Amino acid sequence: MGVIPWVSWYALRRHSAYPLGSMAEAVTNSFFGVVRAAILLALWHARPGLGGYDATDAVTYSFLTQALIGPVQIFGGMELAQRIRSGDVAIDLHRPVDLQAWWLADDVGRALSTLLLRAVPPMLVGALLFTMRPPSPGEAAAFAVSAGLAVLLSFSLRYLVTLSMFWLHDERGINAVMLVLSMFFSGMIVPLVAFPETLGNVARALPWSGLVQIPADVFLGQRTGGALLSGLAFQAAWAAGLLAAGRLLTHAATRRLEAQGG
Amino acid sequence: MVSETAGGAGPLPRAGQAVSTYCLLAWTWIRAAAQYPVSLTLLALGTMVTTGLDIMGIMVLFSRTPRIAGFTASEVLFLYGTSALAFATSDILLGTTERLGEHVREGTLDALLVRPVSPLIQIATEDFSPRRFGRLVPPTLVLALALPRLPIAWTPGRVAMVPVMVVSGVVIFAGLWVLCAALQFVLLNSQGATKAITYGGAFLTQYPMTLFARDFVRGVTFVVPLAFVNWAPALYVLGRPDPLGLPGWTRFASPVVGAALCAVAAVAWRAGLRHYRSTGN
Repeated sequence: MGVIPWVSWYALRRHSAYPLGSMAEAVTNSFFGVVRAAILLALWHARPGLGGYDATDAVTYSFLTQALIGPVQIFGGMELAQRIRSGDVAIDLHRPVDLQAWWLADDVGRALSTLLLRAVPPMLVGALLFTMRPPSPGEAAAFAVSAGLAVLLSFSLRYLVTLSMFWLHDERGINAVMLVLSMFFSGMIVPLVAFPETLGNVARALPWSGLVQIPADVFLGQRTGGALLSGLAFQAAWAAGLLAAGRLLTHAATRRLEAQGG
Repeated sequence: MVSETAGGAGPLPRAGQAVSTYCLLAWTWIRAAAQYPVSLTLLALGTMVTTGLDIMGIMVLFSRTPRIAGFTASEVLFLYGTSALAFATSDILLGTTERLGEHVREGTLDALLVRPVSPLIQIATEDFSPRRFGRLVPPTLVLALALPRLPIAWTPGRVAMVPVMVVSGVVIFAGLWVLCAALQFVLLNSQGATKAITYGGAFLTQYPMTLFARDFVRGVTFVVPLAFVNWAPALYVLGRPDPLGLPGWTRFASPVVGAALCAVAAVAWRAGLRHYRSTGN
């Protein structure tokens, strides 16, 4: 266990090393938040109360999704991919630390740094320009848990995609497919509550809904009591399943890896 | 790689040479990318579907309501098609210029500067891959479907305006790409924020401006002229009143706005290049 917290700590420091670059990203996130809020406001103006949200919920949702882009890394990708391509992963495998645990710790550090640098500005911009729905202390605490599970779930998905590098040698094709799935089925483009009935039900059963839609629902107080617990359990179950799949794939990949020396 | 033209060449031969240099370098990168045909095909398909995501978003919205801010699905898809086609073309031609800051940081810009080809052309053609053409497919299909469904009487003027607005849109986005790249000579970290203008502008112009607050629309008309990409000419094509009440000639101003923006971008790029002092140690 000893080294793992340090991996997180150094990842946090590394990803916070260029705060101006991250803040610049936050400007773009905020801009997209404004545009998406305007679009959703028009939809909720035409269909008040759609999916159990009111207009304020829809605006809050727009900025919340932009704030989550960094922490759940919705656009995909992982540094491990470059290390597999270059063969540096052989060094990682030599360490007396589990590969998956190492990179999970690294990802937690990354998520924390983006949470501080990229998540706060869009929420502030949204609060300045629009009326947003502030969560109660209980909802905020539940959201913290749900957002943490979303980071875990995001890692477990991206780790699986990255490990496919061992067989495909190029992750860009599968990354492109994953990008489409995660953008659309997470609720990043349009909230899943606004989806047509059947498509919405399918989307809610897929793991990507745990990245954005569930944490957002928790923040907005749409999930309380049993619904809150089932939402968190949904995230945790998918994360556990995908992490276990990642473990199996790690074993298979380790047996497969042939590092070129010299 | 490319011989210098003799002194005294006029602006036209110079422009011709720039285009042929661009094509030569782009072709070199295309041949490099074609070495991995399977990866290339998958990536082209992936790029195509990713570009189509915004259409899925629009379709979900219109599955819930027949009109958004007074506009029907075919009208919004018309805006999407013209905006996305213009942006995708400009992205194919100049999108990689957003990597300028990276080149400055890593010191690789110096290598580009000693070659006898404009550094702008070198950066613009870098990693030029045929997969990017996949981005043209969704907007082209959408336009083909949406144009006949528009509830308007087609006049010669309206028909002619459609290609004019797409070309003007390409020119405006081209100016914005170069302007944002030039900014990176001064502000190394600005790329993250200027994405709001390029990618953000591309997203914004897919929707009618009637969605947004008036001051916001004024900003994207007079400060960053995104409204001229497709909104102003679309008002003419769709025969709609201007929510800002601008005079009628602004609907035909897109080509002029594009040319002016490119002139500003050219000046900014040159100023940035002069301002450039290689990275220290």
